[in-house]
Amino acid sequence: MYVAVKGGEAAIANAHRLLADRRRGDRTVPALRLDQIVEQLALGVDRVMSEGSLYDRELAALAVVQARGDMIEAIFLVRAYRTTLPRFGYTNPVDTGAMQLERRVSATYKDLPGGQVLGPTFDYTHRLLDPELAAGADVETPAQRSAEVEAMPRVSAILAHEGLIEVDGEMPLDHVPGDITREPLQFPMARDIRLQALSRGDEGFLLALGYSTQRGYARNHPFVGEVRIGEVELELDVPELPFAVPLGSIRVTECQMVNQFKGSAKAPPQFTRGYGLVFGQSERKAMAMALCDRALRAGELGEDVVAAAQDEEFVISHSDNVQATGFVEHLKLPHYVDFQAELGLVRRMRAEYEARENEDKAAEEKREAAE
Amino acid sequence: MRGQEAREQAGRKALMATLAHAAADEIARLWNESGLPSEAELLRGPETGLVTVRGRIGGGGAPFNVGEATVTRATVRLPSGQVGHSYALGRDKGKARLAAIADALWQDPAHREAVETKLAAPLRAALDAARETRRVETAATKVDFFTMVRGED
Repeated sequence: MYVAVKGGEAAIANAHRLLADRRRGDRTVPALRLDQIVEQLALGVDRVMSEGSLYDRELAALAVVQARGDMIEAIFLVRAYRTTLPRFGYTNPVDTGAMQLERRVSATYKDLPGGQVLGPTFDYTHRLLDPELAAGADVETPAQRSAEVEAMPRVSAILAHEGLIEVDGEMPLDHVPGDITREPLQFPMARDIRLQALSRGDEGFLLALGYSTQRGYARNHPFVGEVRIGEVELELDVPELPFAVPLGSIRVTECQMVNQFKGSAKAPPQFTRGYGLVFGQSERKAMAMALCDRALRAGELGEDVVAAAQDEEFVISHSDNVQATGFVEHLKLPHYVDFQAELGLVRRMRAEYEARENEDKAAEEKREAAE
Repeated sequence: MRGQEAREQAGRKALMATLAHAAADEIARLWNESGLPSEAELLRGPETGLVTVRGRIGGGGAPFNVGEATVTRATVRLPSGQVGHSYALGRDKGKARLAAIADALWQDPAHREAVETKLAAPLRAALDAARETRRVETAATKVDFFTMVRGED
């Protein structure tokens, strides 16, 4: 028998009304504008774009406000919005070597073409809270230095000359990049599909897994060959025009992780690589992604799969925080009938258990009495 | 003829790139000052959709899908018959419409010069200046290494 129970409409409507009120907060405090969030909480906006897998700053800012700053809720909102739009096509692959750079550092080469360019980084700050910021002090304009325009090739291209580092990841020429938004996940999966999943994966989850590889669970001796942040141009092939149409530029963060590798039956000793590419400015995420990408290549490189970070099905199946939060949070929704059924079952088992206990006790007493 | 055609396409593409990068209100402001006509029949859109951004494994290897971006596009036809297209990141429909008209006007020899000088040139100058500012601000954060000599001889 199935009994549908209805109710709660008024409670739900009032709860949402209360949510709107609490979201707005004290009415004497000015309401946030989206441009304030885009400009001043830019890295939060970037995270929502990266994990929401949708590059649109205003929408991400709206999601952040609507979610009251709850990032995973904001990411969920963006993912839901994405599904309402038609898809015009796939862009031509971005050229990160031609990036308009805002930051570029390498931990492997001090003197590389283009140099070490720090950009707007938290590195080397003292991590002391700044009371002047709280007081709304004016901010200096940035320093400028006129410099020749220099090409800044990717570090991987420099290392490649010695032949001691593997080349960029190749696929058969007829390979069509897989798309997890179109086809369900299937294991084992090709590296291109893994990278798509990792790029939208949860920063915290990937960070923890990347950290685990450093602590010895699938140790792979990483160096940051390069981290670069900046704008890349997007172009789209469309049938109505005889050339790829320019769409404008987006900010991305790229990480080339270089890993020592002592060689295996499948590959000679060399430096292997992990790759990270994410929307916006987020080198933590790009680095974590690159560590995970490298760890997940264990099978390809003939390494033993001994740790969580190397287990493709484990990592990719649990990296999506929208799926994860959906399944964890659904537990709080009404499970009254399920629970009643389980309650009945536990009552019956308990009654049987107690009956058995009583029988045993009675038998014991009888035996003792006989002795 | 082939060289001529290639130059033609490069010019048209450069205009589309400039319009895609430019802010909507800047395009609208320059348009109002330019005296360019803005009557056109909308053949498609303006409509917003997604493109899937592709990267390459390792930076230069096989392509993979990174994620989506919003794009708005429009197609228009001028009273004189030219058809213009526009595509740009974001969701600005007014910008998409004006950019498509600009593309159509550019194809009309009677208007190309005005589109280039009154619209594209000032937009390009502003974009170049902004890009240059970013570049020199970034360059100021470049590390100059120097060697410290410690001890005697």
